Amino acid sequence: MASQAGDRAFLAINYLVAALVAGVLLWILADMAWQGVQHLSWEFLTEQPRKSGRAGGIAPILVSTTLILAVAIAAAVPIGLGAAVWLAEYSKQSGQFAAGTRLSLDVLAGVPSIVFGLFGNAFFCVFLGLGFSILSGGLTLACMILPIFIRTCEHGLFAVNNDWRLAAAGLGMSRSSVIWHVLIPAAAPAIVAGLMLGIGRATAETAALIFTSGYVDRMPESLSDSGRALSVHIFDLSMNISGGDKAAYASALVLVVLIVAINVLAVALSDRWLTRRIVTA
Amino acid sequence: MIELNDDASTIFTVGQVQSGPPCCDPVPSMQVANVSVRYGTRTVLDQVTLDIYKGCITALIGPSGCGKTSFLSALNRLTDLVPGAHVSGRVLLDGQDVFDPKLDLMALRRRIGMIFQRPNPFPLSIRRNLELPLREHGVRGRQVLAGKIEATLRAVGLWDEVGDRLDSPAMALSGGQQQRLCIARALVLEPDVLLMDEPCSSLDPISSAVVEELILRLRGRYTIVIVTHNLAQARRIANYAAFFWMKERVGKLIEFDGCQQLFDAPKHELTAAYVSGARG
Repeated sequence: MASQAGDRAFLAINYLVAALVAGVLLWILADMAWQGVQHLSWEFLTEQPRKSGRAGGIAPILVSTTLILAVAIAAAVPIGLGAAVWLAEYSKQSGQFAAGTRLSLDVLAGVPSIVFGLFGNAFFCVFLGLGFSILSGGLTLACMILPIFIRTCEHGLFAVNNDWRLAAAGLGMSRSSVIWHVLIPAAAPAIVAGLMLGIGRATAETAALIFTSGYVDRMPESLSDSGRALSVHIFDLSMNISGGDKAAYASALVLVVLIVAINVLAVALSDRWLTRRIVTA
Repeated sequence: MIELNDDASTIFTVGQVQSGPPCCDPVPSMQVANVSVRYGTRTVLDQVTLDIYKGCITALIGPSGCGKTSFLSALNRLTDLVPGAHVSGRVLLDGQDVFDPKLDLMALRRRIGMIFQRPNPFPLSIRRNLELPLREHGVRGRQVLAGKIEATLRAVGLWDEVGDRLDSPAMALSGGQQQRLCIARALVLEPDVLLMDEPCSSLDPISSAVVEELILRLRGRYTIVIVTHNLAQARRIANYAAFFWMKERVGKLIEFDGCQQLFDAPKHELTAAYVSGARG
């Protein structure tokens, strides 16, 4: 009987802790949604900010955010996929160079984003002379998401059934076309998952972007213009602009909806890939 | 029971394969001389010499671990992919040295198809599975590809079963269908030789019978080397049989002869014991 009572108490504590965690999270989300919805409108999404963001909307900020993300993805996907293919298919598994590469990627994945910001500022803005620009910001984000993206893709490729490599070799197919036509499609779910993890992290990024893509809240005219990302906008409104709270809440709501949308899209995409490509009976 | 039989006959059908001449004249297609395979320092196969005759089925029999699969992989140089694998000796395919370092490996493997123990279709559509190797070897044109794909699927008896859903995933097919698709994938390149590594061992009895019938129909047109643990199967389909055995942990070829001679009048006592079920 005593142990049964103990069991029940243990279970109750479990539920309590879980409820507490979920409760705090829901409270934050509800508060943000409640405060944000009041300020949210079609005009808010389509107008320029006025009075440092206290009034007006976030149209240029949405455009800048999208451009920064696009630059980051365009740079990270080919480099990341290439590195992952090399690690999984060409490097000697026990080789020192491959081991060193893996170790540095794992360390880089844990480096605080502000360090990437400083590096991006020194390298892209100053050394390459790109200045505070969407290009600098996007490339810095690419550096930030690359480690986790490469490692996820590598694991995905590594997990691909070895039978297919043998089958392809037996058919006289070249290594590169096996990788391109068989292994990468088979690893697509892992690759998409890795990319989404990276994009999620990049979308929420503030510190690395302050130093690289800058503060300017005008509509960007090209990739070499400075552009303010959504998260930077929220930071600015809530920290530096008195009376910017309502706009900050609304921007935060937009950001959260954006991230949720990206995740839903990713899950849907990789599910489709899974059922289309790797249906195992 | 009757229903099940009906099902079986409608689901599993093998189409007409144009039969070639019977292999009454033993003309060697591949000549194997003193082939040894070792992985690192461990020798798994020692000094195998035999001829593989054109248009015939040669069965490799013997207990597990005596180097039959290694022998098979040496013939199309799939052993090149295994780290530490070393092959010595000589293999001629129609007079051409297979182990020549200057040899075009892709062309060699196009001439020597391979079927594996576990069906391994690519995780792509049925069509892509056949299209990919064709494109790889320079076959272009929608019409040409479609024609070859249909002809090959008819040859392995899959056309009536999957002809209307070529774009569905190959992995959704049954095990027997997957294995026949793999055979089709090898046949679509029009090889001379087919290497089969226990192609029926992972299939249920009905699918196994269908695949076996298919292999039998390929006799004459293709030179087939098949590893099998199923002695009855070897007896049913093979023209020649090679018996491998382990001696001091090294695989050796004990006896090579016409299939019927090897089973009915083995010259070696080990062979006699193995084929009668006394050993192995």
